[in-house]
Amino acid sequence: MDLVFTNIVNGLMLGALYAIVSVGLTLVFGIVKVINFAHGEFLMVSMFLVYLVTTFFGVHPYFSLILVLPAAFVMGMLVQRLLIEPLQNSDEHIMIFATVGLSIALINLMLLIFGPDILNTPSSGLRQPVNIGSGMFLTGQLNILICAIAVVGGIHLFLTRTQLGRSIRATGQNRSAAQLMGINVSWIYMVTFGIGAACVGLAAVLIAPLYPTSPEVGQYFVLLSFVVVVMGGLGSITGALVASMIIGLVDAFAGFYLGANVKDLVVFGIFLLVLIFRPQGLFGGARNLSHVS
Amino acid sequence: MLKLNDVMAGYGSTTILHGVSLEVNAGEIVTIVGGNGAGKTTTLRVISSLIRARSGQVQFEGRDITGMKAHKVVEAGITMVPEARQLFPEMTVLENLQMGSFTRHARAHYKEKLDEVVGLFPRVAERFSQQAQSLSGGEQQMVAIARGMMACPRLMLFDEPSLGLAPIVVKQVFDVVRAIAAGGTTVLIVEQNVYQTLKIADRGYVIENGEIVMGGEAEQLIGDDHVRKAYLGI
Repeated sequence: MDLVFTNIVNGLMLGALYAIVSVGLTLVFGIVKVINFAHGEFLMVSMFLVYLVTTFFGVHPYFSLILVLPAAFVMGMLVQRLLIEPLQNSDEHIMIFATVGLSIALINLMLLIFGPDILNTPSSGLRQPVNIGSGMFLTGQLNILICAIAVVGGIHLFLTRTQLGRSIRATGQNRSAAQLMGINVSWIYMVTFGIGAACVGLAAVLIAPLYPTSPEVGQYFVLLSFVVVVMGGLGSITGALVASMIIGLVDAFAGFYLGANVKDLVVFGIFLLVLIFRPQGLFGGARNLSHVS
Repeated sequence: MLKLNDVMAGYGSTTILHGVSLEVNAGEIVTIVGGNGAGKTTTLRVISSLIRARSGQVQFEGRDITGMKAHKVVEAGITMVPEARQLFPEMTVLENLQMGSFTRHARAHYKEKLDEVVGLFPRVAERFSQQAQSLSGGEQQMVAIARGMMACPRLMLFDEPSLGLAPIVVKQVFDVVRAIAAGGTTVLIVEQNVYQTLKIADRGYVIENGEIVMGGEAEQLIGDDHVRKAYLGI
């Protein structure tokens, strides 16, 4: 019983990590209809920024949020404006190539500047273990869980209760009708991309004190977050949260009972089952897959 | 009020409009009738800037609006009710109407416009909290028109509002268009339902292969031999 509890705690913490990385990815896909393969590199660049701000000013890593959040937002906006928008009317695979290219460029840019070494952001007490019963987690992990839930809830409220949020949804559901309402669609796309990037900015602030930062760190996190986004239903924010938790729990249990070598097999096996029996994802309506332009 | 001057437009390498000129005066109901692929929808899409004119001008209230961004055209006072409704399917009916009053000007008049719309479409008001995609085709068309009205336009463009609807609903749609015009909004309507449209219109244009081949008083067009043969099946 104790072991089950321990694994549940670990699974939820891991799930929260996937969730906070995935939310921005699924938002951008749902609205702009672009699969952003540079999403992990947004995370990586933001983590470097967290490291720099934290060590340069000697502040608590969470304090760097003041700088990292707006920087990530602007980075997202610029990528949409300068890279995606000029390709808006071309084929989807062109946009995919563009984001893959951006991903490779960012990795190599960071390798050029910082070298391949691993950088450690000061943990400032966030690696303090907390024991509940037989379970154990770090304070920083608990913060990720709280923030993941808050972000999903916050984005949901923003999208349903504010005029800007509603116009973002409207643009995602029918782009040309949104234009006919007087919505500046290219501005909406920029804001959405900015919010998606700001989500990884927040994720970076939470993750950097717990994990080492290197130019490849984005690749490490983002593979599973693609699994999460597809499994939850492309474009579904709640779906991403639920799928994250499922993947996190499966990961924890499979890793414990079957061994670290087999757990990926189980995770991707479940992923394949979802794709076979529910290809639109757990929370995806059939519409989410149709590209309304 | 609206003036198109020798407008050419198309998609990719295909040219659809080969120099369309027409005029809509304030307070009128004007219709463009013609067959499938004649260029009716393309004309409306040029006016609302969803596509760009290759040459020629579009003037609205004396201003050149050719090539203006689509959302700016709405701010200028032109709203289009697009073909096949084009609602926001996963938003509620009320949210669809809220999107309709997106511009600053429209938002300032949100309450009174909503009352007006509810008065005109009591059925729509009953469905406020339902998702738009759950409505019947006729109800969706009413929401689409109501959403267009929410923008407080001075000129409203209708693209085939009767398409795919039951005859009784078609009649309601034309009644509503007439009511909107009676309320002081100028109307430009594009239709394949030629007879009923000419019945409510003041003037009409006939478009064939991307060119205006005929124009005049609606009554005159109903009586015209070519129109009767080609479009009214008489």
